Amino acid sequence: MQDVREAFYVGSRSDGTLTRRPMSPHLQVYKMRLSMFMSIASRVTGVVATAGAALAVGWLAALAWSPAAFARARKVTGSVPGQVILAGWILSLVWHMVGGLRHFLWDTGHRYQRRAINRDGRIALGVILLTAAGLTGAVAGVSRMRAVARTGGVR
Amino acid sequence: MGSSSSAGDRHSGTGHWIAERASAAALLPLTGWFAVQMLRLSGADYDEAVEQNGRPGHAAMLMLLIGTTFYHAEGGLQVIADDYVHGAARKPVRIAIRAGMAGLALTGLVSVLRVAGLRRRLTS
Repeated sequence: MQDVREAFYVGSRSDGTLTRRPMSPHLQVYKMRLSMFMSIASRVTGVVATAGAALAVGWLAALAWSPAAFARARKVTGSVPGQVILAGWILSLVWHMVGGLRHFLWDTGHRYQRRAINRDGRIALGVILLTAAGLTGAVAGVSRMRAVARTGGVR
Repeated sequence: MGSSSSAGDRHSGTGHWIAERASAAALLPLTGWFAVQMLRLSGADYDEAVEQNGRPGHAAMLMLLIGTTFYHAEGGLQVIADDYVHGAARKPVRIAIRAGMAGLALTGLVSVLRVAGLRRRLTS
């Protein structure tokens, strides 16, 4: 036993054998709802956004290191997996920021009624998906325009 | 209360709450700025990337962004660790999160300074 609270989780079944009682709240007894999904997603996107920021630091470090290192970083950001990761990072940043804005709103005591939360959740989801898609498309578009301009319009 | 908060966070709740919100508020304009920079930099080659990131104003904004980002991330990750990591693993995990985020921030800050130096050498 590493945590004294574990002592409170010891329970016994009807046949007398010992069992570990579940902690509360336990996810498995709740039906997944939009508010619950948005709350969990806020946390997950915070972690993913941090992982993306770590990769961005890697990009900066490569730029600072040498032209050869930066060329390798460009190869990664230009590859399909790299683009998928970039899109995921953008989505996570947008998601976490919109979730954070809703938290600011709640901190002022507003939009806390069940109906408001459900309605705002749907709106937030729409705003997140549209903004992330727009940003990702714009990044890909600018990148493509640059590539075309560099080759003088010849593919 | 006395026994429920044995892990040392008894008096730091409010400060943490304010710190996460203050850094979140600061990150709104900083990340907005970053989104614009990301658009301008997408597909940039080495010279373009050094020229743009190395400008004094940009370097200063980047450093603010990096510091605030990893400060905010550190606070958030500690909350997650507090929720899911108990017992003997808790302290090492807390230290690892702090060291990891500090290391990332430091790497980012040093890189920005170096890029700013590279740009000065390239343009002079």
